[in-house]
This record gives sequence, C-alpha cells and structure tokens, in this order.
Amino acid sequence: MTKRVLDLGPLLRDSHTKVVVICGSGGVGKTTTAASMALWAADAGRKVAVLTIDPAKRLAQSLGLEALDNDPRRVDVELADPKGELWAMMLDTSRTFDEMVAAHSTPERAAAILGNPFYKVISTSFSGTQEYMAMEKLSTLAATGQFELIVVDTPPSRSALDFLDAPQRLSSFLDGRMIRLLSLPTRGVMKILGAGFTLFSKAVTTVLGGQMLHDAAQFVQLFEDMFGGFRERAQHTYELLRAPGTAFVVVSICEADSLREASYFADRLRAERMPLAGLILNRTHPPLAKLPLPAAEVAQEKIERSAPLAAAVLGIHTDRQAVRAAELHMRARFDRVHTDLPVIEVAALASDAHDVPALREIGRRLTAA
Amino acid sequence: MTSAEPRTAAPPTTNDGTSGAGTPDGTATAAGNGRVAKSAAARDPWTSDCHRARLHVVTGKGGTGKTTVAAALALTLATDGRRVLLVEVEERQGIARLFDVPPLPYEERKVAVASGGGEVRALAVDVEAALLEYFQIFYSLGFAGRSLKKMGAVEFATTLAPGLRDVLLTGKVKETVTRLGSDSKLVYDAVVMDAPPTGRVVTFLGVTGAMSDIARRGPIHSQAEGVVRLLHSADTIVHLVTLLEDMPVTETLEAIEHLHEAELPVGTIIVNAATVSRLPAASLTQAAENRLDKARLAAGLAQGGITADEVMLDGLAAEAAEHAIRVLDEADCREELVATGLPILSLPRLVDGADLGGVYELADRLAEQGVR
Repeated sequence: MTKRVLDLGPLLRDSHTKVVVICGSGGVGKTTTAASMALWAADAGRKVAVLTIDPAKRLAQSLGLEALDNDPRRVDVELADPKGELWAMMLDTSRTFDEMVAAHSTPERAAAILGNPFYKVISTSFSGTQEYMAMEKLSTLAATGQFELIVVDTPPSRSALDFLDAPQRLSSFLDGRMIRLLSLPTRGVMKILGAGFTLFSKAVTTVLGGQMLHDAAQFVQLFEDMFGGFRERAQHTYELLRAPGTAFVVVSICEADSLREASYFADRLRAERMPLAGLILNRTHPPLAKLPLPAAEVAQEKIERSAPLAAAVLGIHTDRQAVRAAELHMRARFDRVHTDLPVIEVAALASDAHDVPALREIGRRLTAA
Repeated sequence: MTSAEPRTAAPPTTNDGTSGAGTPDGTATAAGNGRVAKSAAARDPWTSDCHRARLHVVTGKGGTGKTTVAAALALTLATDGRRVLLVEVEERQGIARLFDVPPLPYEERKVAVASGGGEVRALAVDVEAALLEYFQIFYSLGFAGRSLKKMGAVEFATTLAPGLRDVLLTGKVKETVTRLGSDSKLVYDAVVMDAPPTGRVVTFLGVTGAMSDIARRGPIHSQAEGVVRLLHSADTIVHLVTLLEDMPVTETLEAIEHLHEAELPVGTIIVNAATVSRLPAASLTQAAENRLDKARLAAGLAQGGITADEVMLDGLAAEAAEHAIRVLDEADCREELVATGLPILSLPRLVDGADLGGVYELADRLAEQGVR
C-alpha cells in the first residue's frame, strides 16, 4: 500500500497558504507544533504570526510572551532568512469579546453591555466562548493583511469538534429565543407551549431567582441590534476557514483516545468541505538501532549478570520496540479507515520542547517528508 | 519509592471569601484542620484519611489518564466483596469506552468484577437528566419536562447559571454517596468520581461559589448546602493524577494550592505513566550525555551473541540517552511533587495503552502500594 506522506515544507513555504489551523484533542502537543511550524515558515523568509491559546509557561517565555496580550508581539529571534518575521500572541478571550462588542455598537451601549452581570458569565464561562473568540481573533488578524501566514492553535476543547460547533452554539444562544420566552411570557406564547412551559418558567425562576432572569432579559435587549452582525461575522469566519489559502492540520499522539478524536475530526472536516492537509502523528518512538526484537531478548537474558549495563541498554531497546509495535498497530488501524489522508510522523524529543533550538528541531522533523 | 513526608506547613484556612453565602464555614474549617493533623502522622501513602473517605474525587490535567486511574482506583477499592460506584460527570462516556461497554445511560450499571467478588458499577451523570429529575420530583413536570428538553431549555438554564450545572452534578454524586438500601445500610462502600480536570476542579467542587448563582431558597439550594457539608467532611478526599512532565506538574501544584484555599481535603498525588528506569542510577548522567563506554557495551553484547557495528552501537546509545534524559527529567518533576509533603502513589506507563487489561494491572499496582 502506498501511503501518502504529509509534506508540510512546500505547504508552509507556499505564498498562497495564508492560514494554518492546528487541531486535535488536548495534550497532544498542538501549541508546540503551531509554534514550530510558525518558526519554520519565518526561517523560510515569511512574515508569520502564531496565535496560541494556553502555552506552557516556559514555551511562552521563549516566545517572549510574558502575559496575556491580545496583540501579536514580534519575537526576538534571529531567523535563517532575514526577510522573515515571527510574531506571537496569546489569546485573551474576554478581551476579544469586549473588542467585538465595541466594534459593533455605540460607546454608551457597549458600556451598558459590559456592565451587565450576565455578559460577564457569557464572556468568561460559556463553554465555547474561547473557541469562538479564537476564530474571531483569527478573522480580525487575517483582515489586517499584516501577516503572510497565520498559524492558529485551537483551544484545549473537551472534544476537538467543539471548535467547529462553538460559534454556532454561542450565536444561537445569544439569539435569545429561550431568554425571550422566559423573560417576556405573553399569553400567546403560553398558549403555544401549554401549561408545561408555565411550570418550567416557574421552576427556573425558583432555581435561578428573578434577578438573574431580569439581567438576562436586559442583556438580550441590549444585544438585539448586534445579533445580525454577530451571525454575519460567524459566517464570514466560517467562509475564511473554507477558503483556498487555509489548511487544517490534525495533531494526534499514537494512542487510542487521541486517534479516535483525530478520526472524528478528519471526517467532520471533510463533511464540512474544510481543507484538511493531513495528520501529524506526534511524539512517536521509532527505534534508533536496527536490532530485531528476538535477538535482543535472547541476548539480554544471557548477559543479565555478566554485563548488566549492556543488558540494561538492550532492555531499553526491547521496551522501545514494544512501544513501537503498539504505535504501528494503532497507526495501521487509523490508516485503514483514512486511506488517502497524508500522514507525517514526528518522533518524540527526549525532553519537553520549550526553547527555540527545540522548536527548530521539531520544525525540521515536521518538514522532513 | 516515595512515601508520605511530614507536612511542613498546614494549608491556609481562611475564613473569609465564603462569608455571606450562608454556609457552615466554621464546621468545614474545623474538620479540615483535624484531618491535616492526622495525615501528617501517617507514613503509608494510603493514609487513614484515604481509607476512611467514601467519596474519592479524582482530578488531573487533560491527557494524564485521569479516567483510567479513577477506574483502577474503583477496582482496587472494590476488592473483597465491596461495592464501588464509578461516576463520570463530563458527558464524555470515557468509562464506557474503557470498560468496552455500550454508552452508559443515566443509571447505575455493573461494569466490572473485582478480585474477591466485589463489583464496580458505573454511572454517567447527565446534567439535563439530573435537572429534569429535580423538576420531576419537586414540580411533577413529567412529560412537559421532556419537551422542554428538546427545546434546549435545560442547556439554557445551565448556561445562564454555570454554577447550577456543577450543583446538579455534585448533587447527584452526593445522593449516591449517602444512599441507603432497603436494609438501611449504605448502598456503596465507596464512590469514585472522575472529576473535571485540575483547571476547573476547584470551581466544580466550590459549590459555595456556585450558590450565588441560584435562588436563596428552594430544593436545589438546600441540596447545594448538603453538598458543601459532604465535600468538607471526612467522607471526601481529592486525588490528583499527574504525569512526570512540566505542564501537568505545574498544574497539579497550582491545584493543590487552590484546593487548600478552598479547604478541600487532598488525599494523594497519583503519578501515572512513570518511566521505570532500566539503568543503574550511577550510569544515568553518563547515558543521558551519550557518554556510555561503547567498547564495554560492544563486549557485553558480544557475550550475548550480538555483533554490533558502529551504527548499531550509536543507535543503542542514542536510545539509552533518550531513556536516561526522560528518567532524569521525571526525577526532577517528582522532587517538586515530594516537596508538597503529600503522599505519592506511582503507576507505570502501560505499553499497550489504557485498555481494560491495563485497568486491572493498574488496580493491582495500587493495591501493592496499600490502597484498600
């Protein structure tokens, strides 16, 4: 079987590639991968911004990101091609939301919205706000035309799919059908929904208290004018993601749960006709020595006492072979389902990557196809 | 092997912050202090407090194997004929996947039998079902409730008040912990909760904060008060699952601090997927720097009948270097965890990944370290 290899070098170098979205389940190395790709493209002479969500502290520091800062900052690093530029930013969800509100309403109205207690709930803890705002920020950054390439890291969602659904979920919530029904229950509405609704309304009021529903109702009224703009924007972002020039890359480690998520994600992207470039199989453990398992095992047992250090080294090798066998098994299962999806394996570094040399090494491995 | 170190300092026991919410602050604080003093004396990682607790809350950063460890803990606790409930609260169906059973409905199902005839039952708590259960009980909503569910009314209510969601979930867990059977005995010997990840667990368990979201009276409010009492009692203990890597360890240390601030009892740190060192301690640094004596290595291999050329020796040495670096990095991480003074349980990395066989293997490892 000829399996296509994901060739990231040409993709990242191509001036037509404007946006790369990195997705995958939590803990698979998305942020590090995004940063490595951005650095690689900048080294290749492009003007690149990497939008990160929640980088490890040491990685953030090596990118010069000391705090949440909603604007890209130029990373102080010497690049292979002096024409290149590397910029980085960390997403501040609630500030992005505030900025979006300000952009779509008058100053007075914006102030009223920002002061509404219910707005605070929505802008900080609605599940999906972070995903929505990541896309919003991407859209804004892309519109400035300031960068040749934007690499986006997606939020550590419970499921990789949240990231596609969140904007829709949030805007339909903000459309406020339920809020309106609950806060302004007219006779007509009650007739349609029947007595069950009245009971529910009473129950919700008992549970949540009248003040909260009052705040929610006020929030909806303030937001009324903005819904149209919101939906339009969400639609615009969605189209940006489907446009030529955008590429999705799914990252997974070689474990069942992570690959299952990757699999769902690949299917979903295809169903939505989003441009899926391929899968990065991250942190794999290919053996570094060509010594077959049976020979190693026999020898290991034989020299256990006489040459303990050599036996230990053989033990490390056999462990690694076992890990590798499990990885290959997982990969074969995935490949059978996604026969034509290009894949690149990136061997694990010995240590966590949090400095520029390590990011460069990952970049080299990513583009080794 | 790491064992419990005496605590150097008691966790902060601030009394403010929760005032005004009408919670039994005083009793919670007193209970917290008493338990700290006792666990300090224990040397066994599974302290008497752990043994005594009936609700084991298992949290950890995403990707640390929280669900697998929670399942293994449930299995260990179920040995010798005990009955344990494993609860998940994130609507992920992780337990069903792990035990290779169809998605769990909103009811308790037997998923595994432990050695000595005990059993593990599992429950996936569903927020919608839990809320409708309330409405059913207190407002006899019945059929209308179901149609409201279709309209997204429940999601609406829990979105409006995120704390409500947590109260509903913890409320259901509390019900299982305190449930009595027809013989007036507790139905479950222990309940293990696969809790939200470290980043959210304190908010999740901090029902006091969530109460500001809900009306001051009514059934859910009194339910929430009951949850607060349970979580701050000797019946509850929190375990943190971590890998020996930078990010998870940092998050674990932060979570411990926040749990102490919230006066929630921390039981153990459970290190998952630890690398078992193959190399003698004396050779680790040398191996990590790729300075192993290759002539000696070649001679040793020759005794085992392997003729190794330069390329193979380099490859094997490189593998040994990666292994040694990993072991040394993990040792650094472990030191940071030891410094907390909390007891540490260790689980090895499973080569075949976390399948059902793996859960049983981890359960055995926990039992070996005194978990019972």
